[in-house]
Amino acid sequence: MMRRGAEASIALLGAAGVLAAAWAAPWLKFVLTIALAKGIAVLGILLLLRAGQVTFGHAVYLAAGAYTVAFLAPSAGEAFLLLPVAALVSGLLGLVVGLFVVRYRDIFFGMLNLAISMVFYSLLEKLYSLTRGTDGIRVEPPRIAGFSLALEDYVWAMLILALVLAVGFGVLVRAYLASPMGQALAGIKTRETRLEFMGVSARRVLLAAYVLSALMGGVGGAIVGMTTRHVTPLLAYWTSSGELVFIAILGGAGAALGPFLGAVGYELVRVYAAASFAEAWQAILGAVLLLVILFAPGGLWGMISGLLGRGRPGRPA
Amino acid sequence: MAEWLGQNTLLLGLALLDGLAYAALVFMVAVGLNLVFGVLRIINIAHGSLFAIGGYAAASLGLFLAAHGLPGWIQYVALVLAAALVGGILGPVIERLVLRRIYGHEQVLQLLVTFALFMILEDVQKLVWGVQPVTNDAPLRLLGTVDVPFGEDVIPFTAYQLFVLPGVALATLGGLAWFLRRTLTGRIIVAVTTDREAATAMGIDARRVFLLTFTFGAGLAALGGALASPTTTLVPGIGASTIVLSFAVVATAGLGQIEGAAISSLLIGIGRSAAVYLAPEFEVVVPYLIMVAVLLVRPQGLFGVVETRRV
Amino acid sequence: MSSTQHALTRRGALALAGAVSGSLLWPGSGRAQAQKPAELKVGITTFLSGTSSVFGVPARQTAEMLFEEINQAGGIGGVPVRALFVDEAPGTEHVVAEYRRLVQNEGVSIIFASISSGSCLACTPLSDELRKTTLLWDCGTQRALEEGRHPYAFRTQGYATPEVLAPLLYLLKTKPDFRTLAVINQDYAWGRDSWEIWKSAMDVLKPGVRVVAELFPRLGATDYSTEVTRLLAARPDVIFSTHWGGDLVTLVRQAAERRLFDRSTFVLPVAEASMQILGRTMPAGHIIGTRGDHWNNHPRPKDPARLARFVDSYRRRFNEYPIYPCHHMYQAISAMQAAYNKAIAAKGGGWPNDQELAAAFRGLEFPTPTSTITLREDGQGLEDQIVGVSTFTDRYPFAVPKDMIIFPAAMVSAPVGQKSVDWVKTLKPELLAQVPAPIAG
Repeated sequence: MMRRGAEASIALLGAAGVLAAAWAAPWLKFVLTIALAKGIAVLGILLLLRAGQVTFGHAVYLAAGAYTVAFLAPSAGEAFLLLPVAALVSGLLGLVVGLFVVRYRDIFFGMLNLAISMVFYSLLEKLYSLTRGTDGIRVEPPRIAGFSLALEDYVWAMLILALVLAVGFGVLVRAYLASPMGQALAGIKTRETRLEFMGVSARRVLLAAYVLSALMGGVGGAIVGMTTRHVTPLLAYWTSSGELVFIAILGGAGAALGPFLGAVGYELVRVYAAASFAEAWQAILGAVLLLVILFAPGGLWGMISGLLGRGRPGRPA
Repeated sequence: MAEWLGQNTLLLGLALLDGLAYAALVFMVAVGLNLVFGVLRIINIAHGSLFAIGGYAAASLGLFLAAHGLPGWIQYVALVLAAALVGGILGPVIERLVLRRIYGHEQVLQLLVTFALFMILEDVQKLVWGVQPVTNDAPLRLLGTVDVPFGEDVIPFTAYQLFVLPGVALATLGGLAWFLRRTLTGRIIVAVTTDREAATAMGIDARRVFLLTFTFGAGLAALGGALASPTTTLVPGIGASTIVLSFAVVATAGLGQIEGAAISSLLIGIGRSAAVYLAPEFEVVVPYLIMVAVLLVRPQGLFGVVETRRV
Repeated sequence: MSSTQHALTRRGALALAGAVSGSLLWPGSGRAQAQKPAELKVGITTFLSGTSSVFGVPARQTAEMLFEEINQAGGIGGVPVRALFVDEAPGTEHVVAEYRRLVQNEGVSIIFASISSGSCLACTPLSDELRKTTLLWDCGTQRALEEGRHPYAFRTQGYATPEVLAPLLYLLKTKPDFRTLAVINQDYAWGRDSWEIWKSAMDVLKPGVRVVAELFPRLGATDYSTEVTRLLAARPDVIFSTHWGGDLVTLVRQAAERRLFDRSTFVLPVAEASMQILGRTMPAGHIIGTRGDHWNNHPRPKDPARLARFVDSYRRRFNEYPIYPCHHMYQAISAMQAAYNKAIAAKGGGWPNDQELAAAFRGLEFPTPTSTITLREDGQGLEDQIVGVSTFTDRYPFAVPKDMIIFPAAMVSAPVGQKSVDWVKTLKPELLAQVPAPIAG
């Protein structure tokens, strides 16, 4: 772990960098907002990774948040109302699913999440009269704190909203991981039975983390829905879930900043690859992922902290 | 109920025939995935890509042979040959260059490495075969159809679907069971599956076993694709949908269980077929519902063994 | 892991970051369109990967070929054109992000949006907001232009309603005696929408047809044997299917092998794009459509030389016949040329800005290899539909239609301001009397 001050200053620097880039290149505002939203969802994956559990179905909570926005926006078009409701809906879904999946570990945990997300995905496609199937639902831009903003102002507002939420959840996750609940998560990964000997219910620990992660997925999804302003079932497909885990590893699972580094890195590589090699962007992303895992398993955060740690010898890294 | 059954027994009989053929195809893909997991403890997401490449290779080879006027029976040899080529080349390449570097790493990294391979292979496959659908009917046509009586009517089924698919699946199941229980190499594989540490301590070269198993698993995936190629149409994206279905089969079966994969393929194949008659709306979710239901009752899958090692 | 590897990846990452910021971070030139640009950039979203790339890639090839031809002939208004392609496969949020990048960073003058209806629906509000002329060059959903006004969005081809209604009218005209029908469509928006339009129209034009099976297998299904068995057992007079691409190929092969085509008459509105792949496997005597009028054997193309030139140069270059997405791309490009010429003429030779360009599209008439398309006031293009019965001739190694009926677009499209499903419910059986007679042979 790096010094707290250093992490905070990198986070501040990053936030300033996001704003500067968005100011310099208007089209980047959208990409960065999506990146931050996914970063928030990936924070949830980070929690579960701390317990050694991988889910290949987390996109379901992103989709739940996005569809909550899509369904409610016509009747309650206010971002500050939609966001908490989306978080609540995803959190509740996470609780229901979580009660079931926290009994499982490792590959079963991953596969069950995958199966549930595929059922959810199929339902989004199937319940055509409700969800408009693959065509998806159009979302009218909601008011933000009572203001109905237009065009670029709205995009700016969404970016700043996403940035504030990203920082907020980043701090929350950092605190959570440092708390006894967070420490117990790491216990699930190393020696689960010891936790039980100590009188801690591993299931309850994992369930708490699972619900929190689902809730953050919902928040991320709500931002994606309000920013893209068009919601389709593809959000819940298993490859979208894979993408979230990809971002977690690309950023580095070691720190709360990782998901955001990963998400920004991922979106930029994708945009860059798609612009230069529209037919092979997928292979390029795959190659980047492969290289990161093989040569820098700590991800982007690992690279940065490695750099900083070497620059200032003697400090605890 | 009795009346309903009377009216629908015939239809359910038809569903059973279709379900069997479908189960055979699903089994061919899932069994390789399961074998690889049992030994390497890696869920190989790129398994779906190997299925697709096997299918493409078989269709191309078949078309090539037919264009050169070779006799019909060669088509069936081509199916197996193409699968062997794909498994024999891609299997070792992937295992040596990529997987070997991440044994013993965190599970999430292993899973993601195969996800990365999946992403790369999807584009490679597009590069080689393009985007237009590829088909080769010859193996299907040569055998013709069989009329199955249906009340006063008859329903034509292809002989390929009725006999070849279930036949090959059964042969694969039997062959694998024999290989794993009766041959030395097979027993070594089983030993590594059940207790890797002990097996290595006894002087088994785990690396060789991994290479062998992965190549074999890749070959089975390719064979699954090759067998599907006469009836289906090869298009980009076919691997992505195949792999999630195999996940459901494998998790239902219990990881590493060969016979389990057969039973759960049957369950899922027949369940899906029945759904087309009884509740077509739910056809797509049937495999996942079966999986969730099975895991609710048996958390380790139908035939899985409860793991006790991680204490 | 050695430290050299560390250094290498880090250097690689920095190089990548540099490249990204160099080419993408800073806004490109040409945001203001008042004066003539050095280059006319066209953003094109199409499927370059996944199942729908069977349509997307041929369309891209067409765009590349035609852009080359335009540039050889001196460009549009003396300005060379350049296409920037975007893959639709990653989903809506990627398409929306790329749309913004193309407009705000690349400074494209016009966008051709989407094969996927979902992407079209996401792009039309963006065209309003960024005031960028957007041609819906292939998507078919009736919702795109019926659910709201989009002053910068135009569809340069037909859409779901005429594409479903024309085959239905053809069936009612040529085989009016059917009593039972089954549907097998892909389980997604197009499959559901096309069935809703068909069913609503059939119920008013020929009430009392019994629907014996409604099957919606998933998009990208690899096996239809169960569905085929069920259809064989149900013996419907007619089977309606708007399947396309690899799915249609699989369905036709599995159904043909098991003689389902002998028991029922198929109506396949999106058949044309799969006929080359199917070759002789496609049975003769079934109703086939092409989402428009662009058959290779069009009985009376408006400009036969133009059609022949396009088909021949496409074949020479890509070694296959163009399919309907190629024609849709042709239409979008032809519309763009016509609109620019119109706008430049209206400005006395000056270069049009975004508003002037969009204005030129309203009411535009532009030539296609087979016909002329008019863009209505709501932006919808009026493209005729040709439906016929599959047959084999000496000229093509695959099925083409015979006994074709040319449906005038206005006859089968919902009038401006009306929603398709509501409109088809108001149709009267007398409509059949207005359907032109089949062109024999």
